[in-house]
Amino acid sequence: MNDQLKHMSTEVAKGLMTRREFVGRAAALGVTAAAANAMLTTGARADGHATPVRGGMLKIGSGGGESTNTQDPALTASSVPLNNLRAWGETLVEVSPEGEIDFRMAESVEASADAKQWVFKIRKGIPFSNGKDMTPDDVLKTMQRHSDEKSQSGALGIMKGIAEMKVDGDNFIVDLETANADLPYLMADYHLMIQPGGGMEDPGAAIGTGAYTLEIDEPGVRHAFKRRDDYWDSENRGYADEVEQLVLNDATARTAALQSGQVHAINRVDPKVAALLDRAPNLSVKSVAGRGHYVFIAHKDTAPFDNNDVMLALKYAINREEMVDKILRGYGSIGNDFPINASYPLFDDSIPQREHSIEKAKEHYAKSGHDGSPIVLRVADGAFPGAVDAAALFQQSAEAAGIPLEIKREPNDGYWSEVWNVQPFCASYWGGRPVQDQMYATAYLSSADWNDTRWKRPEFDAMLNEAKAELDDAKRKELYSQMGRMLREEGGVILPMFNDFVDGVAANLGGWIEDPNSEMMNNKVMIKGWVTDA
Amino acid sequence: MHPVLKLIAQRVALGILLLLAVSVLIFAGTMMLPGDVAQQILGQSATPQALENLRAELGLNEPPVTRYFNWLGGILTGDLGTALTNGRDIAESISSRLGNTLFLAFWAALISVPLAIFLGLLAVRYKDRWPDKLISAVTLTTISIPEFMIGYILIYFLAIQLGWFPSVALFNESMNLWQKLNAIAIPVIVLTFVVLAHMMRMTRAAILNVMQSAYIETAELKGLRMLTVIRKHAFPNAIAPIVNVVMINLAYLVVGVVVVEVVFAYPGMGQYLVDHVAKRDVPVVQACGLIFAAVYIGLNLIADIVSIVSNPRLRHPK
Repeated sequence: MNDQLKHMSTEVAKGLMTRREFVGRAAALGVTAAAANAMLTTGARADGHATPVRGGMLKIGSGGGESTNTQDPALTASSVPLNNLRAWGETLVEVSPEGEIDFRMAESVEASADAKQWVFKIRKGIPFSNGKDMTPDDVLKTMQRHSDEKSQSGALGIMKGIAEMKVDGDNFIVDLETANADLPYLMADYHLMIQPGGGMEDPGAAIGTGAYTLEIDEPGVRHAFKRRDDYWDSENRGYADEVEQLVLNDATARTAALQSGQVHAINRVDPKVAALLDRAPNLSVKSVAGRGHYVFIAHKDTAPFDNNDVMLALKYAINREEMVDKILRGYGSIGNDFPINASYPLFDDSIPQREHSIEKAKEHYAKSGHDGSPIVLRVADGAFPGAVDAAALFQQSAEAAGIPLEIKREPNDGYWSEVWNVQPFCASYWGGRPVQDQMYATAYLSSADWNDTRWKRPEFDAMLNEAKAELDDAKRKELYSQMGRMLREEGGVILPMFNDFVDGVAANLGGWIEDPNSEMMNNKVMIKGWVTDA
Repeated sequence: MHPVLKLIAQRVALGILLLLAVSVLIFAGTMMLPGDVAQQILGQSATPQALENLRAELGLNEPPVTRYFNWLGGILTGDLGTALTNGRDIAESISSRLGNTLFLAFWAALISVPLAIFLGLLAVRYKDRWPDKLISAVTLTTISIPEFMIGYILIYFLAIQLGWFPSVALFNESMNLWQKLNAIAIPVIVLTFVVLAHMMRMTRAAILNVMQSAYIETAELKGLRMLTVIRKHAFPNAIAPIVNVVMINLAYLVVGVVVVEVVFAYPGMGQYLVDHVAKRDVPVVQACGLIFAAVYIGLNLIADIVSIVSNPRLRHPK
């Protein structure tokens, strides 16, 4: 269905246009009356989304699952297990699509004046799927499990700044070593699903406070869930009686499953086919600008990247528009060599955009005095979709500026252990974080494990800590702006583009919300979506 | 001992020895993978201490020979160990996966083997005439197109346009046989296309080879019908090479279908192996490797035994 017809059919659904008018106008566009009527039914249904429909079976097809997956939240790192977590578990708080704190297991939160102590009031009478009520003690134990050095939890980095945690009545209290105005955002991390007894005994049991219980668990194949009758928030979540996630790692298999009606939604639509897919009847492609970005990262402490003129030459040489056009097919936006964009709160849009300039690249390259030996960029297909092609484009535009960029292709297998964060110059991606503090603390703080550009600046760290403690948003914004400018000017990260989340959705899926936090409605499509014709 | 039995016993003993040798190779091979499983489990932020602890826990510090014999001992007693990445029992995971793979392979074989032999006979019957040429052209075309491409083309027509079969070949226990067959219809067709040409051409070549013998000429001169000549005189003598190529293709249907599994998201052995190789889950990789080797060796063994048994010179010793 083309855009105009789609738009018109939603007008009908909203009552702004009559059916007769629609069929007439569709005929003017060369569509037969029968086809127009059929379109209208799907179009109207697609927009009959204001009121949730209960019942039925919602199926999604996702890439990003392996037969090695578990249900242990601590070990969750890819899309499929993350969707599963959201189905059976819940965190203290969540981040809403608007970037605000949405209270789940906590009903409110209060900070001390210095932002060092945070008090979460825990909801009462919320049952786990094993029948027991969730208590503040379960919250405490969960947080303790993830802060244990031996836990191997993906949330370990988040828990590092915590000095002490305790329970006082209905409250869960966190004392921080240094102030952090964004602590509630950190508690929204998906690893921190509240489990009975903290999940210490059986972390992969999939027992939580979520809307669904796990019925079938076949890692790498499929995961099926059943709605819970005793779910506390059934007004707002858990509309389908059953939800199922099929693991479809092959992009073509995913699109075929959506086209043949086997699933209601898929993630990671290949940008190459997105426009074509959007034209197919009964489905649409949803693209949400997020915080994820594709990067070329150089170690700032290794020659020749310690020479800032070499870095600037590379940054000017890369053609950002071309990358967004050719690699992302327009499903994204250009980057400015620091990892923050307008999706973040407190983003400063007055920081000038770096333009593609062969002259400036030449100028900086000459000034750097680089000996002309090849600058080796390592890349693999798995670094990000289209990474090898992006590197080739980069090489061409660098060549035009006389920079001897050499591409070394690496195998996907072992890329994240042998190349990324090990070799001095390679392609990579970041999924972004809900707030600037967390993004910088994960990858640009001197002491960060994932400081993959070896960016070590005491003054940058100091600003980050200052911003953390600052409760005045204007001052924080100013600090973040300075940090962004500094990284843009001197950092080891070449950031040509921010990628959109591109999902495919069938017309009979209701309740779709654009959520910039992550793909598939921030991985909540199974709990917040509904099936309209079931 | 009867010479046939003796030959078979020798062949079986050789097969077992070969399997043992393969087990050594698999064990040595997995040890040569870059990085070890402890590093893969802990990921990027692994501290040296944590690595050390995990290695000790997983027994990675023991000498390789000890580890090899522990592993082999486990396998002989039916214990394949647990997957390092998610702690699941390997034997349990593999049995369902292997069952799925065999299910798919069984139906593909059930269609492709008789079809290939029938088409091969037909091609001989009409040698160098249009049926022969048509059969060759079609089967050679399907074997020349990569299997994922055939898969995508069939998905487009049979699943998306016509809606006859699902594009994702997933089935579960609650389905009846008919529904399961419906679910795997497209992959079965793809696999049939992929193995058909090889078996068909081998059948054709083997029979044509025999057809040049003097005794065939005698049979023809006796005035027997062409099909009778093929059926009674040529085919029995071509069994050995045909069985050989059939077994190779059956083995392929079991161990070589990873591409088809990916395209149809089919939960078989191939995808299971690939996932665990990527995570350096060595016990799983070793178990899969050994099973695959056993399938190959076992099917080749059957082919050899059939050749031995069908050899009249051995059946009637002087």
